[in-house]
Amino acid sequence: MNKRTLIGIVLVLLLACALPFAVSEYRNFQFTLVLIYSIALLGLNILTGFNGQISLGHGAFYAIGAYCAAILMEQAGLPYWATIPLAGALCLGAGFLFGLPALRLEGLYLALATFALGVSLPQLLKYHRLEEWTGGVQGIVITKPDAPEFLSGLNLALNQDQWLYFFTLAVAVLMFLLARNLLRGRIGRAMMAIRDNPIAAEAMGINISLVKSLTFGISAMFTGIAGALSAIAVQFVAPDSFNIFLSITFLIGIVIGGLASIPGALYGALFIQFVPNIADEISKAAPWAIFGLFLLGFTYLMPTGIAGAIRLGWVRLTRKAHHKPSRVTTILP
Amino acid sequence: MDQFIHQVLAGLATGGIYASVALALVMIYQATHLVNFAQGELAMFSTYIAWALINAGLPYWGAFFLTVGFSFVLGVVIERVIIRPVENFPALAVVVVFIALLVILNSVTGWIYSFTIKSFPSPFPEQTLFGNKYMSSHEIGAIGVTLVLLLLLYAFFRYTPLGLAMRAAAQNPESSRLVGIRVGWMLALGWGLAAAIGSVAGMMVAPIVFLDPNMMGGVLLYAFAAALLGGIDSPGGAVFGGFLVGVLENVLGAFVIGNELKLAVALVLIIGVLTVRPSGFFGKVHVTRV
Amino acid sequence: MALLEVLNLQAAYGQTKVLHGISFAMEEGSITTLLGANGAGKTTTLRALCGMVHTEGEMRFAGQRIDKRATEDIVRLGIAHVPDGRGTFVNLSTEENLRLGAYTRQDRDAVERDLERIYSYFPRLRERRTQQAGTLSGGEQQMLAVSRALMLRPKLMLLDEPSFGLAPLLVKELFGILRAVNEKEHVSMLLVEQNAAMALALADHAYIIETGRVVLSGSVDAIKQDDAVRRSYLGY
Repeated sequence: MNKRTLIGIVLVLLLACALPFAVSEYRNFQFTLVLIYSIALLGLNILTGFNGQISLGHGAFYAIGAYCAAILMEQAGLPYWATIPLAGALCLGAGFLFGLPALRLEGLYLALATFALGVSLPQLLKYHRLEEWTGGVQGIVITKPDAPEFLSGLNLALNQDQWLYFFTLAVAVLMFLLARNLLRGRIGRAMMAIRDNPIAAEAMGINISLVKSLTFGISAMFTGIAGALSAIAVQFVAPDSFNIFLSITFLIGIVIGGLASIPGALYGALFIQFVPNIADEISKAAPWAIFGLFLLGFTYLMPTGIAGAIRLGWVRLTRKAHHKPSRVTTILP
Repeated sequence: MDQFIHQVLAGLATGGIYASVALALVMIYQATHLVNFAQGELAMFSTYIAWALINAGLPYWGAFFLTVGFSFVLGVVIERVIIRPVENFPALAVVVVFIALLVILNSVTGWIYSFTIKSFPSPFPEQTLFGNKYMSSHEIGAIGVTLVLLLLLYAFFRYTPLGLAMRAAAQNPESSRLVGIRVGWMLALGWGLAAAIGSVAGMMVAPIVFLDPNMMGGVLLYAFAAALLGGIDSPGGAVFGGFLVGVLENVLGAFVIGNELKLAVALVLIIGVLTVRPSGFFGKVHVTRV
Repeated sequence: MALLEVLNLQAAYGQTKVLHGISFAMEEGSITTLLGANGAGKTTTLRALCGMVHTEGEMRFAGQRIDKRATEDIVRLGIAHVPDGRGTFVNLSTEENLRLGAYTRQDRDAVERDLERIYSYFPRLRERRTQQAGTLSGGEQQMLAVSRALMLRPKLMLLDEPSFGLAPLLVKELFGILRAVNEKEHVSMLLVEQNAAMALALADHAYIIETGRVVLSGSVDAIKQDDAVRRSYLGY
């Protein structure tokens, strides 16, 4: 990581810390959601962008994480922070298990299987035998956590929403660091090798099935943690909020944010959070029409997403175009 | 027992609809090796057009055939304008374009016609036919329409030069060009036909599930299951799979797992077939001598 | 006027240039053969004529420019290609394969007659008319490929290694039929062959191609006299 990037990240972090004190309560909540989405998108991007496995059903892992947090808090009485690692662990396992049959599925077929998962998910969550835990169609209402006591001792009186924002920010920073180290390490290289050339990867001694299932697990873990955070932030989980359009939203987020780009997850999260807000003023149906048009536009014109566009703009700005070409992953041939 | 017979027959009626959508999926798959995730929304959109035409005062069958024609043109246009540029892109880009199409059709329909549920007329009489107690006339009519549709398609592909050219273009584009077939147009025609078939399925299912922008979500899933069960490159298999899935869905829903988990039948079938026997029942094992 | 004129034809697969400016011409009614080692660019020349590779240079068929045209439009001018690897529609029946050859023709009755004529040339194909073409033997598929091209009633046939994979007796039979078609129906032929002796026996003109260039050309009789050709291609 060069100096400029580091300075940039520090600046963004400082800005992020100042944010809750500068904006309204509602905006603060929206930015909390942005952070949560960015973790979820990071998870999907690890699977789809870096490993080339298409998932149209990642809402399922988001839902598992959310329900896990809700049930543990409301029924087992666990504190909210303790549910995060548990939700992550549960989704790691669930993702790994789903990844095993998914191993046999290439490209479109995996998309199809995960699409089926995404579509049937709300029905599964409504299942009456599970109602005792899931609350059936009604879902579960969650109490909002308070800021910890010691903060007021330090003269830092945060309201509940502000605290939740900082808590989410901390988790997000942790997850982004984890993702970065993971993707830069052996396993990250193996993931990308499999995406780019599975036969060569196998010849190099990479255990393809293990890496692919593991990637599925890790990806699900990220998305599940985001789901748990979302349950706490929204204070409510119900089956119909986890329909196929949630999974599609995630796909839109990574394609528009930038495939196989870590900062792309953040850009994508900003996009899926704020663009519908703006579009909503036109019509209730407009956000999705606009999402769709953006998807087409980016696929045809800017397949590297916002992250790619920023990278390109930066390179042009600093006139380094003739230097080493930046590593850009596209969905173009 | 009566109840069982009733469920099986009702399953055949919805199965015919799944069979049509599955057939549409298979046609596009055969020609391009793509799975059209927007097939259901395309059918839904067509059904709304039919609704608008009927509301404008057209007689049912007039609206029916006009809608089929419109859907055909819509399919051709979508292929030429939206799908053509990404035809040779990697799977992810293609999936993304299909998903974009899905959400655009869904939201535009909601935008124009609102998301409130509407009833859709059936062309068949209210009272049951032949005094039978098992099936409503709409169910019998829907099966009849499906069968006629399948027969027409079979005859088209089997006995007309254009049908032959479409089959040829689907399996060997290069050789097809060498005998003068305009392969690009054959793919567009395939899309048109698929959209037309889908529109028939939409108009047949709408009186049962009511008209709403999300009405085809479940149908599409069952159609996927049907197409995979029969073998995604086998039109006959898709039809068989459609009827089988319809019956399975109804019987399992009524007697085994309960109606609230019906979609899980599709999910299990899809994942099961894909992992255990990806070629389905009738998927082709290609015979080639080199 | 020459039936086919090629001027300074260049072609490349991606970065790899295969044809470096080939020029040749053939008269109507002629059987012309392109000879050359593997990789010399013979197959690419035929593919270029059908618009199946990106090319530079000029190609004229019966006076009309055909470069930059789509394959299916070139075919409609009356050029039939028997491709390398036969191009069988493996999942269709033998007869469906043949009917596809006549896809662009409107004269239905004549098509039926031509089908009968093909079956009389190749009785094996009649026996196999309803069989899936992919299950035919290599030799049968080769005959099917030639027959499919004939069903177009072409003015010019491009034949890419028609003898490939055929038993010697069948090669003789096939070449006999090709000669008959050429003489009776005045179909011109551009022939690419590994088997130079057979090709020179059938053709009236020949071009020798080496690494994407024409190095020698002339009537078959003259070519056969050339020492280098005899040593390299005929082996005596």
